[in-house]
Formats: sequence, C-alpha cells, structure tokens
Amino acid sequence: MIATGEHGRNDKDDGTLSVPEYEIEVQIRNVEGLHMRPAMQFVDTASRYDCAIEVSNEGTSVDAKSIMQMTMLAATCGTKLRIKAKGPDAGEAIAALRQLIEVKMFGETPA
Amino acid sequence: MEIRKGIAVSPGIAIARSLVIDSRDYRIPRRSILPSQKATEIQRVQEAFDKATVQLSALEQAQVGREHQIKDIFAVHVRFLNDQSFRRRITDCVEHELVTAEYGVSTILREIASHFAGMDDEYISERAADIYDIERRLLTHLLGDVRQAVEHLKDEVVVVAHELTPTQTAGFNKTFVKGFATEAGGRTSHTAIIARSLGLPAVVALEDVTSCITSESTVIIDGNRGVVIVDPDEQTLEEYRNYAQELSRFEIELSSIRDKPAITRDGVEIELLGNIEFPNEAVMAREKGGMGIGLYRTEFLYLYSGAEPTEEDHYEAYAEVTRHFEGRPVVIRTMDLGADKLPFSVRHPGEDNPVLGLRSIRYCLQNLTMFKTQLRAILRASVLGDVRIMFPMIGNLQELRQAKMILRDVMEDLDEYAVPYNPDVKVGIMIETPSAALTASLLAFDCDFFSIGTNDLIQYTLAVDRGNEHVATLYSAADPAIFYLLRSVIHDAHKARIGLSICGEVAGDPEYIMLLLGMGVRTLSLAAPMIPEIKQIVRSVTMKECNNLARKVGTMDSQRQIKNFLRDATTKIIPEAF
Repeated sequence: MIATGEHGRNDKDDGTLSVPEYEIEVQIRNVEGLHMRPAMQFVDTASRYDCAIEVSNEGTSVDAKSIMQMTMLAATCGTKLRIKAKGPDAGEAIAALRQLIEVKMFGETPA
Repeated sequence: MEIRKGIAVSPGIAIARSLVIDSRDYRIPRRSILPSQKATEIQRVQEAFDKATVQLSALEQAQVGREHQIKDIFAVHVRFLNDQSFRRRITDCVEHELVTAEYGVSTILREIASHFAGMDDEYISERAADIYDIERRLLTHLLGDVRQAVEHLKDEVVVVAHELTPTQTAGFNKTFVKGFATEAGGRTSHTAIIARSLGLPAVVALEDVTSCITSESTVIIDGNRGVVIVDPDEQTLEEYRNYAQELSRFEIELSSIRDKPAITRDGVEIELLGNIEFPNEAVMAREKGGMGIGLYRTEFLYLYSGAEPTEEDHYEAYAEVTRHFEGRPVVIRTMDLGADKLPFSVRHPGEDNPVLGLRSIRYCLQNLTMFKTQLRAILRASVLGDVRIMFPMIGNLQELRQAKMILRDVMEDLDEYAVPYNPDVKVGIMIETPSAALTASLLAFDCDFFSIGTNDLIQYTLAVDRGNEHVATLYSAADPAIFYLLRSVIHDAHKARIGLSICGEVAGDPEYIMLLLGMGVRTLSLAAPMIPEIKQIVRSVTMKECNNLARKVGTMDSQRQIKNFLRDATTKIIPEAF
C-alpha cells in the first residue's frame, strides 16, 4: 500500500466544528487502468457517500461521482491520482476508494 | 424572412407551419430555437434520457446470467445517462446556445467522443464508440417523437428534411401534409416522385434550408417557381395567399374541361398523353384527361427493391398501366439508367463521364439477359392493349437495328413456348442525341414513331449541364439551335409518315405549346398535373396563329428574343398561367 500522506482536519482554531476533509494519493495498479468496468466500480463506490469527492490527475480535477468525467480523466496503469473528500462521511469514502484501487485493484490483474 | 431557391419538382403552393424531420443517419444540423422554447427542449432532453435509461436497464437485466462483458457495456451506458454533469452539459448547451435538443445531444456527445478518440491509450479511445452508441440511442428517442408527430398530425404542415425515404413518406396523410422541401434530391428523387403522385407542391435541392428553420416557422413552398420562403413577411404572405387562391380557382376551371376534346379553335385535334414513372400515376393521368401514356419511364422497377426486377415484376407493372388505358396507346420505354445508378450492377466500370457512358440502350445491348427480360414482359403485356415499345438514347441506325434484332429473338422465344403477344407491336425510338436528330431521315424508315426527348437533346446539343448552377441559364428550349433541330426532325418524321411526339418538359410548358403546334407537332406527352392547362391552351388557339408564330420564331436569332416573344404570345392566350 502506497500512501504519501493522510491529512485529516477536524478542528479549527476558532473552535467551531468544521466539515471533515481528507486527501490521499493513490496509484492505479491494474493493467488496463481506469477503463470501463473499473471506472464504473469507482463511480458506484463514490456515489454511495454523501460527501463531495474530487479526483485530480496532474492538474485536471473531476467529480468522482461522474462517470463521464472519471472516464475522461484517462487514468492508465501507473497513474497517480489525488483523491479529496469533504463531508461527514469523508473518512469512510476515502478508505473505501483506496481499498478499491490499491487493495482490490478493481478485482483485476495487477501490472 | 429567408428565401431559398431549389428545383421545382411538383407544382402548386403550400403555406403552413414547418415540420422538420431529421434522419438519424445524417448529421443533425444546427437548428435554433426561440427563448420561449427553451423549457420544452430541455424537457425533451430529460425525457430522452429517462426513456433511454429505462431501455438500457431492461437490456442490462436481460443479460443477467450471461457474459458479463455485454452486461457491463449496458451498465456503463446507464451510468452515463445517470451522470448529472453529463446531462447538464447538454441542457446547458440547449439553454445557452438556443438550439434544439437533437443538436445539443449530437454536439456534446460528439465533443466527448472526439476527446476519447484522441487518446493514445486504446482502452480509453475505444470509449468513443460507447459515446456514439449513446448518441444514437438518445437521438432515436428524440427523433421518435417526431415520427410520432408525423403520424398524429392535427394541423396542416409542410414537411422539411434533408432527404425523405420511402418509409418516412409512407406515413404521410394528405389531409395534413401540404408540401415538401428537401435539401438533397433532384427531379427524379423519391421526394419528387411521391410529391407528384400525391399532387403536392415540392421543391428539392435546397442545400441547407433546415438550418434556417425553427419548429415554429411558417414556410411557403412554391412548387411552380422552385422557391421556398421561411418566415415570410406580411406582404409576401399576402401575395402568396392571393396567388394560391387564384391557382385553385384556375384548377377548378381546368377540371371542368377534363372530358372536353383537345382540339384547336379551327378544328385540329391534338393528342395529349401522360408521362409516368409508377403504375399508379396512370390513374391520375386518366383523371386529368390524358388520352394514353406517351412515356412510361421504367427505371423505378430497377431502383426500387435493390435487386434486379424479375419478368413478373415488369409484367405486373405494365399490365396494370395498360388496363387503365384500354385501347389507348401506352408507350413503354426500356431501361434508361447508367450502370452507376443500378443498385445490383456488379461489374460497373468506374466511369469519368457516366452521362456519356455505358448507359441506357448501350448498357442493355451489353447485358442481354436483363434486356430480354424486360422485352419479354412488354411483349406479353402487348396483348392487353395498345402497348408500344420505345428505345431510349438511340444514336444511330446500327444501334436501332441491333435492338430490333434482340426484340425479334425474344419474339421467337415466346413463339417457342406459345406465349401470346402482339407481333405487330409498334416500335419507336427517343430522339435525344444530336446524332439521332441529324440522321432522323435514316432512322425514320426503321421505326414506327419518334418521341423527342427534349430534356437530354437540349443538354447534348447546347453542351450544357443543366444541373450546374453556373451555366444553367444557358440551357433553354428557346435556343435557335434547338428550333432548327426540332424543325428538321419533325420534317423527317412527317416525310416518312411515322408518329411524332414530344415527351420532354417543353411539352408541359405553356410557353412552348403554340410553337410546337405551329411546327407540326400533333402529339404531346407530359406530366399529368399539367394536362388540363395544356388542353386549355390548345382549345384557346387556332392552328393558323400557331403556324404564324412558328414562322416568326424561325426568323429570330437569340434565346432571349424567342423566349420573350413566346411569353408574350402565351400570356395573351392564357393569362392565368402567369
């Protein structure tokens, strides 16, 4: 598992409760990359959560719940993606997505 | 107000709201909408998405338990349709650019598809195919609305399309569909043929007329002058309404002369025959007072089904037409197409110049099986009435003799099987090449009649392609060259005492009738809708004045002079024609 950092912010200096925000970096590990079926699984997983989830690939940022946008990201095997989640269930969302990409590898063959 | 000029293929005036029909197979043109139509168009996008989703979910379900790849494809498509940012991209396009739902869908999806197609990675670039598939699905739903609209019309409309196919026109109800306008097509296109048999005004070859029409446009179709006017201003609308009224008054007047003879004021009888393409047009020819068929163009039989017509296909068509005109002449012209137009022609030599190439009688003489099939059918039909055979594009005596020899062979075949036919069947030729016209005196002794096909004769003689808009004005029957040529052919026919008719468009053109009569023509074959008007002219003139007119034309030296002279003369006789 490769994770270059996890940032979780729960408290602000002024003492008000802020919305949980998490950000991680993951790497696509399966041979065919984020093609049709994986993209679908990713979007389905992300859509289970209420939080807003953004995925970035070298400057391009898309909505994780939009299959159109996720496919257009064209993430191939080896691509590093930044996933940012903001909302009450952000933590679970991030964890689930990381599981899918790096552990389960979408149920496909690794590189 | 936009005025577009095209080719007039069926006369009359129609003024109605437009109904634009797109074809899924052709690029959806950009069509604007009014701000007030925004909500409706966005709604249409939503509905198309919903319907497509239902359809795809069902397809996905049907794949349960089978190969997961196919199921996955449908699943992905469903996700696309559920993707709100995707949908919003389309509705935003419709809203901000004020375009139709079809255009929004087509544009956005093609943008997305080309984004994918441009990617290096194969798996990603293949997604383009998915996008096109989704586009097709959405368009089918959107266009399906329109098809429904055609079948459930409640008001009068004018149908506008890039092209109209037989399937589309099959659903048209004359009570509501008042005219056609297409961007593609020519005089013999499907649209033209259907419009003529329905008696509806039509203009084709309008190029990009659909791009200036919104769904609330009022459209005027002027099938007489070949003009289409979109969103006419008040004055134009008024003018056309008056014109349309005059025309229908005129038509009622004309229909009353249906049973009156076509005879000049000084007692000369003129034979008026009909030109047809389809068997059922024979009915209209009869209704309009035609005394027979002077030109039955048989090409439709070769184009309709995509396969070579059988002897029975031929026979049934000829029999049907002959039955409508028992005892009256029915002139059947043998196949006049080029190999390039035949859907079933296998070995078609790529020709640079098909118009001057292996077509018509030349093609037939090199494809004897096909030719003999047609001749056999015509001969079999010859016992049902006064059937006559006509060979097109004959260029010289040798060609004519060859064709007649083939005909004799077919007669011998029929004799062998004791199949009845009329052994004295009249055989004639179309005079449409300059060579035939110039050697008409030689040809006249080997056939029973001439029919002058002025359309092609004028093109070949003046060396003008009348489909070419840069030179189309040079094409005219009023050219002195044509006058001299016709005069010569008519003289040769009279000398040999054979039948002579004109079957080109001039025969149905009011401006030329007096001239043709004055030159000695006694038989005209024309499109059925014009028969009453031409008969009116015949009944309004004396042969004496026609002869004088022809003599005067013989002294003139230019197209323009002759045209103006003929127009003046005709306006005096029959002012309503203009």
